[in-house]
Amino acid sequence: MPGAVGATPMNRTLGQRILVTLPYLWLLVLFFAPFLIVLKISFSDLAVSRPPYTPQFDLSGGWAGIRDFFAELDFENYTFLAEDSLYINAYLSSLKIAAVSTVITLLIGYAIAYALARTPRRWRPTLVMLVILPFWTSFLIRVYAWIGILKTEGLLNQALLSIGLISEPLHIMNTTTAVYIGIVYSYLPFMILPIYATLEKMDESLLEAAADLGSSRLAAFCLVTLPLSLPGVIAGCFLVFIPAIGEFVIPDLLGGSETLMIGKTLWVEFFNNRDWPLASAVATLLLLLLIVPIVLFQRQQMKQEIGG
Amino acid sequence: MTLPFAPWADPAAKPLIDLRNVTKRFGAFEAVKNLSLTIFEREFFAILGPSGCGKTTLMRMLAGFETPSEGEILLGEQDLVPIPPAKRPVNMMFQSYALFPHLNVEKNIAFGLKREGVAKGEIADRVTDIMRLVQLTDFARRKPDQLSGGQRQRVALARALVKRPRLLLLDEPLGALDKKLRQETQFELMNIQETLGTTFVIVTHDQEEAMTVSSRIAVMRAGELAQVATPTDLYEHPDSRFVADFIGEVTVLEGRVTNASRGGVGLAFIEGATDLRVITDDAPPAGTEAWLALRPEKVSIARARPDEADNALPGKVLDIAYLGNISTYHVELANGAVVKAQESNRQRADRRGITWEDDVWVSWEEDAGVLLLT
Ligand SMILES: Nc1ncnc2c1ncn2[C@@H]1O[C@H](COP(=O)(O)OP(=O)(O)O)[C@@H](O)[C@H]1O
Ligand SMILES: [Mg+2]
Repeated sequence: MPGAVGATPMNRTLGQRILVTLPYLWLLVLFFAPFLIVLKISFSDLAVSRPPYTPQFDLSGGWAGIRDFFAELDFENYTFLAEDSLYINAYLSSLKIAAVSTVITLLIGYAIAYALARTPRRWRPTLVMLVILPFWTSFLIRVYAWIGILKTEGLLNQALLSIGLISEPLHIMNTTTAVYIGIVYSYLPFMILPIYATLEKMDESLLEAAADLGSSRLAAFCLVTLPLSLPGVIAGCFLVFIPAIGEFVIPDLLGGSETLMIGKTLWVEFFNNRDWPLASAVATLLLLLLIVPIVLFQRQQMKQEIGG
Repeated sequence: MTLPFAPWADPAAKPLIDLRNVTKRFGAFEAVKNLSLTIFEREFFAILGPSGCGKTTLMRMLAGFETPSEGEILLGEQDLVPIPPAKRPVNMMFQSYALFPHLNVEKNIAFGLKREGVAKGEIADRVTDIMRLVQLTDFARRKPDQLSGGQRQRVALARALVKRPRLLLLDEPLGALDKKLRQETQFELMNIQETLGTTFVIVTHDQEEAMTVSSRIAVMRAGELAQVATPTDLYEHPDSRFVADFIGEVTVLEGRVTNASRGGVGLAFIEGATDLRVITDDAPPAGTEAWLALRPEKVSIARARPDEADNALPGKVLDIAYLGNISTYHVELANGAVVKAQESNRQRADRRGITWEDDVWVSWEEDAGVLLLT
């Protein structure tokens, strides 16, 4: 929290004040102001003009002009979104894809984090480095690389065909499956790292104590390891779920026509249909949709800080 | 009148724990070397030794976290080695306490009973009882991080005890407590052990603690047993310089055995001077290299040569450690050896005037010291 620098508001120096104001300024300029603009556009109407919507904000009309400006804003775009099932389906489908990807990422990520935390201490920094290593290559390029792997004549099919596991190439590319693969691959580090952090600091004698008190290995895992790693699991899930909902690049590059995701819908409205007002409404709704899990996440983190 | 509790002295008594030639190797390193030991029911048995001598390893073998590389561990008639920790009637109180941080005191204590499948009502009763015994009733709903060190120690104890193990292992249970609390807790532990009649094996590197609480003490040295005896025997009759030095304060004088007579021997200690007289059960042959271990409280100090002492040597006061109730004088003898003499400061005797650099006489009786061959 920006305010929690340790000094009370009374005795802050000028430097501290600036330091505290900076993040707010950042949010104001780079987040809140653009959001207001998008919100305003979402209440506007499509127009063949440049920029492609009316009304435009214009101070030359004076007081009356401003009143007219506000009178012209309406919820038309939102009504349209609610009435056309395409958008609702896109939202729901995004939620579903994000949720399923999160669960898959959790299962794989937990296993990897668990294995990492159990390897001898001297190997761990290297292995954690390997988890982070993909970030050194652009996200976009890595997703492109998956095309080379997943396409019909791609590496995966070649490999499977050559060892005789399949006789026909698999059609993964341009399906929702490819999107799942892309999301799980891309977001895996965000799941592994927080879980690893909680598992790594867990005292191993707790598991011995559990065994000493009569637990099987499975019981010790369920009753001790899992609850103690829960904060990491929750953090990881949010870090995957939230960005996955609005994901655009992965469904665009790997998904097909069947894959409906709101990020892609947004892009189509904006650039293909040039319907800025509707696209803005889609974006605003998406933001509202994301705020719920983000607030939940923040509260969880806060509880964690107070509890720990 | 009841007989003193000493099952180890009774050849017919069956031990609860019987370690037979147990060796534990980590790679090429032998942490425990060919160790044999018996522990009897209701004993409060202490394992004492310097850090790294293998105490924890021995405990972990009893708990089942380590498998002996060689040898057997029997509990009653039962071979313990193949039994996993979860199935042993043995519980351990960990050096770090290892309390489950996400569970409150009550749930920590109930953990083991739930795994055992004890009925709900009985769990509640047993947990309540044990919490009363260790005075934790008021803290039942607190999490471990809301407890003081002493309270955490009691949770760890209660959590192990509530399982009613046949053997309770305590690995440096009081190591994390400050001195005053540690002394109080020692007596609490003794009371609890007496109340429940559980066999306790406690590991410690604090000799005072071992002396206070235990029925017998095993002194370990580099993976081996140096001596197993009651606290009194260990103090009065150590059988090696290591044990004599490890338990309490001691002066060790090196010499050579001369003639044997009157149930004792002479020890040629200072060339040219009269031999020291030592009473010993089996006198080694003359010429053997030997050591005399002397407890400081058995050595007297005076300005003049005492008339009736069996052994008396002149020296110079090198140092005085004033401890309030007692003072320890370090007296340097003619050959450079230093003898410690302890006097209580009860009466204002003339020796209170003794100070640094004074010429004094130290003296002791022929049965005051112990003759050691190793
Ligand atoms: N798992 C292990 N691997 C290798 N060496 C170990 C292991 N556990 C203990 N040791 C070694 O065995 C020796 C005895 O250790 P320990 O039983 O913990 O001593 P203590 O409890 O008496 O301080 C030490 O030198 C320690 O380094
Ligand atoms: Mg230890």
